[in-house]
Amino acid sequence: MNLKKLNIENKKIRDFIPQALTVLALISVIFYFATNAQINMGNRGISFGFGFLSQEASFDIAFSLIEFDGSYSYGRAFLVGLLNTILVSIIGIFLATILGVIVGVARLSSNYLIAKTAEWYVEIFRNIPLILQIFFWYFAALRALPPPENAINFYDISFLTIKGWYIPKFVWINFDIFCYSLILAFISIYFLNRFAKKQREEFGKILPTVTLSLGILISIPLLSFLLLGVSLSFNYPELKQLSETSYTYDNGVSIIPELIALALALSMYTATFIAENVRAGVMGVGKGQKEAAASIGLNKGQILRLVVMPQALRIIIPPTTNQYLNLTKNSSLAAAIAYPDMVLVFAKTALMQTGRAIEIISITMLTYLSLSISISIFMNWYNKKMAIKEK
Amino acid sequence: MILTYLKPTKDKINTFLPLGSIFVIFAFLDILANTFLNRNITGFLPQTLSFLIPLLFGFVGFYLIRIEFSGIRFLDKLNKNINSSNFNAFLTLLILFIIIKAISPLMNWLILEANFVGSTKDDCTGNGACWVFIKVWFNRLMYGLYPDVEQWRVNSAFILLFALVGIAFFVPQKIKKYFIIFLLFVYPFIGIKLLSGGSFGLVYVETAAWGGLSLTFIISAFAILFCFPIGVFLALGRRSSLPAIRYISIGFIELWRGVPLITVLFMAAVMFPMFLPDGTFIDKLIRVLIAITLFEAAYMAEVVRGGLQALPKGQYEAAKSLGMGYWRMNILIILPQALKLVIPGIANTLLALVKDTPLIFVVGLMELAGMIGLAKTNPKWLGMAMEGYVFAGLVFWIICYAMSRYSQNLEKKLSTER
Repeated sequence: MNLKKLNIENKKIRDFIPQALTVLALISVIFYFATNAQINMGNRGISFGFGFLSQEASFDIAFSLIEFDGSYSYGRAFLVGLLNTILVSIIGIFLATILGVIVGVARLSSNYLIAKTAEWYVEIFRNIPLILQIFFWYFAALRALPPPENAINFYDISFLTIKGWYIPKFVWINFDIFCYSLILAFISIYFLNRFAKKQREEFGKILPTVTLSLGILISIPLLSFLLLGVSLSFNYPELKQLSETSYTYDNGVSIIPELIALALALSMYTATFIAENVRAGVMGVGKGQKEAAASIGLNKGQILRLVVMPQALRIIIPPTTNQYLNLTKNSSLAAAIAYPDMVLVFAKTALMQTGRAIEIISITMLTYLSLSISISIFMNWYNKKMAIKEK
Repeated sequence: MILTYLKPTKDKINTFLPLGSIFVIFAFLDILANTFLNRNITGFLPQTLSFLIPLLFGFVGFYLIRIEFSGIRFLDKLNKNINSSNFNAFLTLLILFIIIKAISPLMNWLILEANFVGSTKDDCTGNGACWVFIKVWFNRLMYGLYPDVEQWRVNSAFILLFALVGIAFFVPQKIKKYFIIFLLFVYPFIGIKLLSGGSFGLVYVETAAWGGLSLTFIISAFAILFCFPIGVFLALGRRSSLPAIRYISIGFIELWRGVPLITVLFMAAVMFPMFLPDGTFIDKLIRVLIAITLFEAAYMAEVVRGGLQALPKGQYEAAKSLGMGYWRMNILIILPQALKLVIPGIANTLLALVKDTPLIFVVGLMELAGMIGLAKTNPKWLGMAMEGYVFAGLVFWIICYAMSRYSQNLEKKLSTER
């Protein structure tokens, strides 16, 4: 009895010592760094704090989704950068998903040429560093575009030039009502699907849900146009002469070349990884599953929709979310081509002006960190929900 | 009635095959003449129709030769691989035509009309690429701003490395161990001393002058060397039964994995000096190396953890029942098996590391991509961005593609062994 107790004590002590040492070492390193930081900041006459966020920024940002000029605060500048990061990430994720799914499916094609083309697309774009691809699009490819006066003209609607891509501006009247109608449409589609599921499970009736959903999605916003006074018109970009040799486009919306280059490079690079995920997912569904589905009389579309896709998605989605996260983090490479994202606006320009390295780098890293952590929490939840429930 | 007659079947092969072949051949002749000879055979037709004619003819031709079980081996193979349905035939034609259309301007730019001889921008008179740019700057692209007369040191450091690695493959098992220890623990110091100099009669070369492709290799080699053991320790820490060590490991791994490398590099460049006593100075390259190593170590840790988790519990229990302690169990039983399981993952992490090295431009160090950036802004060589980035992309692609092929082969080899 005594011996056993001693043994436990021993193990406890054995476990305690390395842990205590590690924690102690960590604390002393942090303490050492903190003291040095305090002394260094004291020497430079600045004190730790986030008060600078409300100071006037006095620099301009070339591209912003919300109003910004030099008279706004550093906090607002951070927000502009964050929104720009989110903008390019969303565009990139959207394009990468479409391209990735197409390439992934193409790699599985029975057509030798298509499969090979898709394979080489993946091999080429996956093995060139992303930053080089961004440089290539920005410094080489987009710089070869014509000046505004000889723009590449898409039916007088939009113009592609060296200064950016000019697209029509959407002019909405009663935009909020349109939004409500969209929300209403989605809610009714949700209830329709629930109803259809109930009908199917209880009475064995199969409703044409896809057609009905599409109908609702089109008809309710259309009604808002016809009855509730929503209207949409376009302001087309027009060529305008600034001086003897300098032209620009007016009235439209200008998409800056930095954004185009970044979105292109990010989506083409990430699409290769998504394509591999899609391929692995579809290949991961056993042949027996398809055969079993066919043998109970499902047609090709039903097999794909009801049997293959749910199982393939379970394999595809977790690594693909990871790729979305990577894309968002990679969008920080914007700093290399002066697209005003969070890193460029905040961790570079604002840092240079204020000299508050510790605060600014911490805020930037924490923003990315919270983004990653929230997505991984969502992923864990999703995996748990989608996991095969074995009894 | 007409429809059934139009359906290509085997008994009508003598009509359909020649007819279809003529259609297909005409389509390809038209497109080839159009691209390479600049002749438009169908020029008498309206422009849109003339443009679409190869596609139409090819499509009809492919339809006509789609004869199931024709008995002709080549035709069956063709039909199966590129002509199995109308949609497939259309895609095949589209891809082939795009390739034919793209290949001629691409070849012209890359080789046929490119300039290879000369020493200034004015020597580039053709319409193609100006490879003179790469030729003139080649030295800089490889060695950065490293002084010309001292470049033999970079060469000899790499030759020594390759020689050591090469010899390590062939020496008998007994000496191999010492070779690897030498390679891992002694060679890095020799290499650093050789590159930086300052003693043994070598001129001191500051790290700011290092650059070009050799810097890519230096950073990759050092980061690979150090991130691997750190990653293994972190992975073990994350699976440790001691809560303090486990939570510190988790926190460390998730912190690095959650932020982009670029912010980590910024941190190393501008924030880290604030944490050191006033007056101490750590070289920028060293700071960057530490940052990249820790960053990649976190990813490595997750890969290794996957291997540790994949091992059956019985392995741990068997090792423990033999009376092995924690370290002996891990080093002798667990890690050799776990690491073997995740070799593809490790290779992917190393590949990502190599692809991440160009990012060091944010702190002002210039490897290959950075040197291109410097060269293309030189007033004498403006407008050479395309050549520069195509060259850099090609170099990186060769390195990364070779690495990924090697890892795929390794994966195949190991999976058959099991």
